[in-house]
Amino acid sequence: MALDNIIERCQDLYDDLRFSYVKEWKAAQPGRHAIGYMPVYVPRELIHAAGMLPVGILGGGDQLDVIHGDAYYQSYICRIPRSTIELALTGRLDDLDGMLFPSTCDVIRNLSGMWQLKFGDKLIRYFDVPQDFDPAVGGKYYVYELQSLRDELAQLAGRPITDDDLRQSIALYNENRAVISELYAYRSREPWQVLTHELYLLLRAGMILPVDEHTQLLRDYMVAARNTKRPVRDNCRVVMNGLFCEQPPLGLLKSIELAGCYVVDDDFLLVARWLLDDVPLAGDPLQNLCDAFLTRSLETSCKFVPQQKDKGAYLLASVRDNHAEGVIFAAPSFCDPALLDRPMLQRVLTENNIPYTAFKYSENSGQMQPIREQAGTFADSIKLWSAA
Amino acid sequence: MTTDITAQGGVQKEKSMLLQKAMISANYDALARAHDEGKKVSSTFVPGNLNELLMCFDMVRNLPEINALQSAMRKQTGAYIMEAERAGHSEDVCTYVKSDLGMMAKGSIGPSGQPLPVPDLLLLSYTGCFTFMKWFELVRDQYNCETAMLHVPYQADGKITDNMRQYVVMQLREHIIPSLERVSGIKFDIDRLREHLAESARAEDDLVWVLESAKHKPSPIDAYFGGVYYCGPIFTAFRGAPETTEYYREVRREVEQRIELGLGPVTPEGVLDEERVRVVVEGPPNWTHFRDFWKMFYDEGAVVVASSYTKVGGLYDYGFRHDPDNPLETLADYCLGCYTNHSLPARVNMLCDYMDKYSADGFLVNSIKSCNSFSAGQLLLLREVEQRTGKPAGFIETDLVDPRYFSSANVKNRLESYFQMIAQKKTRHGVAA
Ligand code: SF4
Ligand code: SF4
Repeated sequence: MALDNIIERCQDLYDDLRFSYVKEWKAAQPGRHAIGYMPVYVPRELIHAAGMLPVGILGGGDQLDVIHGDAYYQSYICRIPRSTIELALTGRLDDLDGMLFPSTCDVIRNLSGMWQLKFGDKLIRYFDVPQDFDPAVGGKYYVYELQSLRDELAQLAGRPITDDDLRQSIALYNENRAVISELYAYRSREPWQVLTHELYLLLRAGMILPVDEHTQLLRDYMVAARNTKRPVRDNCRVVMNGLFCEQPPLGLLKSIELAGCYVVDDDFLLVARWLLDDVPLAGDPLQNLCDAFLTRSLETSCKFVPQQKDKGAYLLASVRDNHAEGVIFAAPSFCDPALLDRPMLQRVLTENNIPYTAFKYSENSGQMQPIREQAGTFADSIKLWSAA
Repeated sequence: MTTDITAQGGVQKEKSMLLQKAMISANYDALARAHDEGKKVSSTFVPGNLNELLMCFDMVRNLPEINALQSAMRKQTGAYIMEAERAGHSEDVCTYVKSDLGMMAKGSIGPSGQPLPVPDLLLLSYTGCFTFMKWFELVRDQYNCETAMLHVPYQADGKITDNMRQYVVMQLREHIIPSLERVSGIKFDIDRLREHLAESARAEDDLVWVLESAKHKPSPIDAYFGGVYYCGPIFTAFRGAPETTEYYREVRREVEQRIELGLGPVTPEGVLDEERVRVVVEGPPNWTHFRDFWKMFYDEGAVVVASSYTKVGGLYDYGFRHDPDNPLETLADYCLGCYTNHSLPARVNMLCDYMDKYSADGFLVNSIKSCNSFSAGQLLLLREVEQRTGKPAGFIETDLVDPRYFSSANVKNRLESYFQMIAQKKTRHGVAA
């Protein structure tokens, strides 16, 4: 498939706030179920193993008119919950048979209760992951929670989810993560070849397409990208941080690129990269998912960092490994997790002489000029600094 | 019979309030002296605090939320928040955190005017609020002190499962108690814990009696503004200590007296003579204008008969008591049971129950800009309570400790029209009956 066609397909999926793909997927085989989930992390392997379609619900972006949602939220709460409730109130999520709300923050936590009050006839689950990473303590708790989610999904599916079902799903998600890592490595090596807004659209497609189909799409993209020589620009290399929940408008990502920045790492859609290694297929699948979560998973604001010395180490490593010259902090307005974390991450960068800039956005931010100017000034200052 | 009310600086105070003041000031003294006396200091949060356990290790307890609110009442937090924002903290985030960080940046002089020590341990009871985790990471970023995380799962389905309880108990056993032993150098003595727990339960009985006294007409207490005083000792550094049991005995005695005399609540303006409106309030109070805010209720004869804020440190009125026979399990249940660890539907049920049990005429939400934990979902909660009870609901917005977000004229206008509307409704119904 040609590169343009792949991106066009992703863009269509991204633009479709009616989730027609879910409707079609369900209609293709009677009895199928689809389960929505919000950022940051849920074990999608379980949903898949139940024969269901996991669907990332990521707010309404900049194309949705929020008419009812504002009546549910005060002005000082971020935008993603109000556009998410708008999606539900306007029937756009009717094809979902359930929703998972991970323990990302209190807004998503409380949204799970709003769902219980408004849409109580569906499967609704708040998914609390451990903040104690001792396998004998947090691990024990987590395996039980995984089992209980498995039971609930099995009940909805009307059939048990066997260990072999789980292993098959784990294998498919392992493969998907490996290909995503390849894509990230490719962008880091040749960022002019993998434009960040395209990478973002590709990841977004993975929030709705079945995992195997998505893996193939990513492979097709990489083949197509390798066959398309794109101009190399004199851009600076940056890591973007803070975008793990409410989604940045596509225009924001394009503006950063147009302002002279190559994004070489980011924290978009972490669910797709949360587990850092392959989850082993041998042994108890839930235990394996649990161990991967406890010992080899990404860091973000929603996860406690037990030791002070480790705070921000992941960001520093990302800057170094990707040869980035600076960091752009972009956080949703009123996002406690991203905004409270930021000063600590900035301290780590300052101590290591890594320049950064910071701004806020909303999923429906329309005016990109100030962001473009800020990113442009940042890129210029990096170039000046490295030339000096 | 007379009541024990004294006037201090034009403010009416009961004996129990003076007792509490003495307890708070003794704790600030203890904090200021702690390191000189070789004592260790633990900072911890109000919801799900493990005061009884900390006492077993002779640790002096510092509660940053209390520092923030006490500083706000002394009009200090505006400057602290500005200081934190100058240092790069966003204007969008919880102002309790910024007040604390700003106070640290300005030399860590506590609300009593005495220095606050660098904590030896940050006991992160992670209950009911995401921000707690970031708050202590930020404090640790300044002081590099040991941090013990106690992750308390959320009661999303309105119940405590065995898995949740066991998880908390295991964390206590495997991580929290060993950390406390290491930092304090004192070995854990479970019998000492049992004694403190038994003491807590005695005080809790009296607290519940006091809170439930608001079922009387007129109510002898205000369960929001007055309620924060009643809950103060049990929610903070004093639960499990004998003087706290004494304090609650005294409060109960005072309230009994007021019931006998048919008196309303004691407010800073004096005893409320005529109870015109009874309301249930959801959400924390504003601390920077606490007295003005209370007066807005007083002026309209509005009494708060039940509030959710007085449950952030535990839902004792639904039967929970610290249980010396199951020391770790009871601590787990306590942490799991705080108000903000309850789901939105459970909060709605509880508030509707209060509306009914306390014969309230209206339901008021004070929505706090800082607090996602309380505020996200409150507009739906408001509509649900209004629909289910058929009683008028009101809505105001303020902040905890940021004076920039308390618009006196606006809040007063809204409250006046809301209370007057309720009073009129009551009169109409009264006439019709
Ligand atoms: S944007 Fe931030 S505050 Fe809002 S729901 Fe997401 S994590 Fe929570
Ligand atoms: S968010 Fe709310 S509960 Fe959490 S620290 Fe701030 S005021 Fe307290």
